Amino acid sequence: MIPATFDYIRAGSVDEAIAALTEHGDEAKLLAGGHSLLPLMKLRLASPEVLVDLGRVDALRGVCELDDGRLSIGAMTSHQDVIDNDLVRQHCGVLADVTRKVGDAQVRHRGTIGGAMAHGDAASDLPAALLALDGTVMVQGPSGRREITAADLFVDYLSTSVNDDEVITEVRVPKLDGNWGWNYQKFGRVAQAWAIVGSLGLVKRANGSIEEARVGLTHMGTIPLRATAVEQALAGTSTDGIADAAEHAAEGTSPPTDLSATSEFREHLARVLTKRALQAAAG
Amino acid sequence: MTNVQMSVDGASHSDEVEPRLLLVHYLRDVLGKTGTNVGCDTSNCGACTVHLDGRSVKSCTVLAVQADGTRIDTIEGLADAGSSGDDEAGWHPLQRAFHTEHGLQCGYCTPGMIMAAKDLLAENPDPTEDEVRHGLEGNLCRCTGYVNIVKAVRAAAAEMRGETPKAEVTA
Amino acid sequence: MTAVDTPTGSIGVTKLRKEDARLVTGRATWTDNVAAPGALHMKLVRSPMAHAKITAVDVSAARERPGVVAVYTGADLMDAWKTSLPSVWQVTADVKEPPHWPLATDKVRHVGDGVAVVLATSAGAVADAVDFVDVSYEPLTAVTDMEEALKDEVLVHDDAGTNRCYEYAWDSGNLDEVFDRADVVVTRRYINQRLIPTAIEPRAVVVQPDPTSGGYVMHSATQIPHILRIQLAIVCGVPEHKLRVIAPDVGGGFGSKLNVYAEEALALALAAKLGKPVTWTETRSEGYQATIHGRDHIQDLQIAATSDGRILGYKADIKADLGAYLQLVTTGTPMLGAFMYPAIYKMEAHGLKITGVFTTKTPTDAYRGAGRPEATFAIERIVDDLAAELGMDPMELRRKNWITHEEFPYDIITGLTYDSGNYEAATDKAMAMFGYDDLRAEQQQRRASGDPVQLGIGISTFTEMCGLAPSRVLGSLSYRAGGWEQASVRMLPTGTVQVITGTSPHGQGHVTSWSQIAADALGVDFDDVDVLHGDTSISHRGMDTYGSRSLVVGGYAVHSACQKVIAKAKRVAAHLLEAAEDDIEFANGTFSVAGSPDAKKTIQDLALAVFAAHDYPQDMEPSLDAEATVDPENFSFPHGTHLCAAEVDTETGRVIIRTYVSVDDVGRVINPQIVEGQVHGGLAQGIAQALYEEAVYDTEGNLSTGSLLDYYVPSAADLPHFETDRTETPATSNPMGVKGVGEAGTIASTPAVVNAVVDALRPLGVKDVRMPTSPRNVWEAIQAATNGGAA
Repeated sequence: MIPATFDYIRAGSVDEAIAALTEHGDEAKLLAGGHSLLPLMKLRLASPEVLVDLGRVDALRGVCELDDGRLSIGAMTSHQDVIDNDLVRQHCGVLADVTRKVGDAQVRHRGTIGGAMAHGDAASDLPAALLALDGTVMVQGPSGRREITAADLFVDYLSTSVNDDEVITEVRVPKLDGNWGWNYQKFGRVAQAWAIVGSLGLVKRANGSIEEARVGLTHMGTIPLRATAVEQALAGTSTDGIADAAEHAAEGTSPPTDLSATSEFREHLARVLTKRALQAAAG
Repeated sequence: MTNVQMSVDGASHSDEVEPRLLLVHYLRDVLGKTGTNVGCDTSNCGACTVHLDGRSVKSCTVLAVQADGTRIDTIEGLADAGSSGDDEAGWHPLQRAFHTEHGLQCGYCTPGMIMAAKDLLAENPDPTEDEVRHGLEGNLCRCTGYVNIVKAVRAAAAEMRGETPKAEVTA
Repeated sequence: MTAVDTPTGSIGVTKLRKEDARLVTGRATWTDNVAAPGALHMKLVRSPMAHAKITAVDVSAARERPGVVAVYTGADLMDAWKTSLPSVWQVTADVKEPPHWPLATDKVRHVGDGVAVVLATSAGAVADAVDFVDVSYEPLTAVTDMEEALKDEVLVHDDAGTNRCYEYAWDSGNLDEVFDRADVVVTRRYINQRLIPTAIEPRAVVVQPDPTSGGYVMHSATQIPHILRIQLAIVCGVPEHKLRVIAPDVGGGFGSKLNVYAEEALALALAAKLGKPVTWTETRSEGYQATIHGRDHIQDLQIAATSDGRILGYKADIKADLGAYLQLVTTGTPMLGAFMYPAIYKMEAHGLKITGVFTTKTPTDAYRGAGRPEATFAIERIVDDLAAELGMDPMELRRKNWITHEEFPYDIITGLTYDSGNYEAATDKAMAMFGYDDLRAEQQQRRASGDPVQLGIGISTFTEMCGLAPSRVLGSLSYRAGGWEQASVRMLPTGTVQVITGTSPHGQGHVTSWSQIAADALGVDFDDVDVLHGDTSISHRGMDTYGSRSLVVGGYAVHSACQKVIAKAKRVAAHLLEAAEDDIEFANGTFSVAGSPDAKKTIQDLALAVFAAHDYPQDMEPSLDAEATVDPENFSFPHGTHLCAAEVDTETGRVIIRTYVSVDDVGRVINPQIVEGQVHGGLAQGIAQALYEEAVYDTEGNLSTGSLLDYYVPSAADLPHFETDRTETPATSNPMGVKGVGEAGTIASTPAVVNAVVDALRPLGVKDVRMPTSPRNVWEAIQAATNGGAA
């Protein structure tokens, strides 16, 4: 319940945070909302020697439109602020809808979008959503800024391609036009639990058929995944093909076995939930 | 040690604390405000829910240093200022409704449940039963089965909207 | 039969709880809130292994850590114990009762077993220091499966020579003949999974040396301050009169705080040894290893019946996983269900065997219902399965076999006498609320259309045994204590009343209900009564709160003490009014002379008169105060009918309860709102067993569900609305006609839900779904059934 002792650095800017990370190397951890890190520290499953708190870096909060037509969401924007943000609701409502299913109200008030991406948990809802949206994160480090696509961000279990001395500063998502529909099927043991499996279906309709479909899968491997076989099977077909296409949802996945589900059951759930998500998204 | 300054239930505090001190332990052990309880160590139960700058948070998952410069409101500050605590007239409508609807038994989850409900009603002044149930998914109660908690929150909501509170008590 | 008093005054009406003001305003006194200046913070070093020899414990590094005051190993403290931690129920003459020391000395027997204890000046310091105690273990094979354990290949307690703690076998009637005669025998194995009680307040204890008395004051988050005092006096050798135990505000228990725990003994012994206050509060994850678990039975049942649906008898072979040690009532928990397997059904014979088994897991003990939920689950499940086998409607089968209301009192086949009940009335009411026929029609429709979401209807027509307990019965069962209860009534000179009770509430609202009982009996205002409890210096005699006993025994004691006050007051009134005692009438708090309505004294007048003591009868003491100890002649037997309609998504395995109706008969009701609340909470816990919760150990003996992250306690979003109602058939074992309500909902609801789930899936060939009926377990049952094998 009581974390091990650590040194605390309250960063006033991204540059200060990077300087602290550079100085302390892998002994340091960034603290965003703290809702992934602090629970681990309370159980002493994580004991960083230095915590670098981003809570005062106001520049990392808020949402704006980029010149290229995408939305930029500051990494320290809380889940609740994402849900409530007019730009997000107007242009990328799917992100608001998925975020609404993260944790519980108290968690959404503290947890941040950047923190969720940095933690990169395959069982968490937002990484799969970013992947399905073909979103990116901007990171800043000692050698400058770079953009990492969601496909390149999540590399292994709780592991991302963000370097130890880099800070995620923004999450970037596309604007979706009115032809897109979406539905997120989060399937857990109880309301506040992680998803056993989640499937986010995004469908772009054109002239009664599916122009493009995307599926993001939660908790179907060590990293969030896209059900690419389903997406390919659906492109250019009618909605009647959803049930058959969804049969491919578990292809290329390697879901874990745990108390809530065997890998076999997870594969089955992925198929069922993907079917339901796509049908709702197309409906 | 790091200095933290915050307003807690309307009073200003300034203390030197270990960075690892959780907000809930700051409230309980440093300020002696034991109205906020700890029920788990995994951020599940919500017994420790307080408001940080007006929004509900689990104070076991916030460091006191993170709360520096913020306004914290706990169950202890919910009733009217100057209310003795025993005087129901000074209670917040949620406190009254939990009492009249029997929304508590042992009462250990109650401070967190009420603080979570207060935030819920600020967002949604007229929630359906389902909205109350989902809005309180971050708070566990082991005694009541939640039926009367849901009733209490909706009764308080009605009172806060200016509607006549329903007399739910029946013989 | 004792006459049942007529309800008057404040009994039977909802009074809002007196307890709430401090609870809703954040001013409660939880044990962890008790200030003990200079207290040492205690933390145990716990075993990470399920089963291992302790080969060395090096505490030297821990002793050097900042803030550390003392570190002790199990061996260091053996001198502190006069005897090991208690097990109070010697269920058989040859039950194995291996020693259970507060800290392990020779080997550890479950993950979380205490090995050493550290005391430091702050919570942070002690949390840091425990990691510096270096324990060397020689691993032994974990014993996690009861049936493997019974092979005795690896022994949990070497000196016991076996993992079979006890075997209790008993039958009556001509069992073989009944089974020979039966047209149908249904055989089932049910798994009543292990549960973790999870009272939301963690356990905590604070012990302060008391220079005034030369003794100790212990605050503990306990259900049993009185029993705790006696047992700790024995274990620690502290004179009983020098130990004051206070259960302040206690945040739920459900059986988990009905115990004498290692940490309580350690805190007392170390406060005595060091002469300083000692404080300890468990973390939730720690508690999941160190606080008792519940259930964990394998239930092999056979039921015999005729082809027209007459139940003839059953055989039950029960294996109960006791875990690594005997806690207070570990052995007895299965016994509390042993008598209840016949439930509400008439039959000719029964056979029962209970085998208590040691494993290397956290001890099990009484968890809400304690034995009766297990029995009720098994019998209500198998009656449903029998109905399916016979092709009968499950309610029709029940009606055919239950004891009718004209047949009470009724001696069931296990020897209990059910004093009263009306199963027909409760069932008729529930069926009307539920809309049984419409739901059956919808079920047929969904079955016919092959809807992926199937509808199931589950029934539980339960009864249970509560009001622990007639002391002579307990004695005959070798329970090492009685089951009486004590109350005192103090008539204060200014006319207000203090009631002192031996019960120890932790959410049940005794202060409110007992006030109603006293106000009603004495004819005083509800607000003029206060109830004192939970402090052995104030309430010196009591048997505490568990087993739905508090109202039935403790409330009865309050009633009885009030009658004694009235009897005394009547004599004083006769004296002052110069009338014959027989001519004094008492109503609504006023004593008057028959035929002379103006000649009267209120009970408050009389309280003041005896306080002044200027004029009172020669042959009595100047006091109206009274105490009573009651010991009911029988248990009480609440019953009811619970109906559950559940939607089962056959594609995902998800179960959603659509409608839950319960009609409970808990006898006479003191406070309807509190009774309803008890039912609601009980339902939630029983439904949680059916749908969500399970404590799982891996084969190494690690608790895989070690925190609230993976032990799924439901939130409001995970439970349905409950439609509850009551019938009132008074009990005859106490003059108030009350039966007890604390556990009824839990006992009844689990089989109602699982019966609904199985009912939904029967067309797919599913005959059982293992609890919890999680998506995985439902899906796997469907897979097994549709792949040819029965689930």
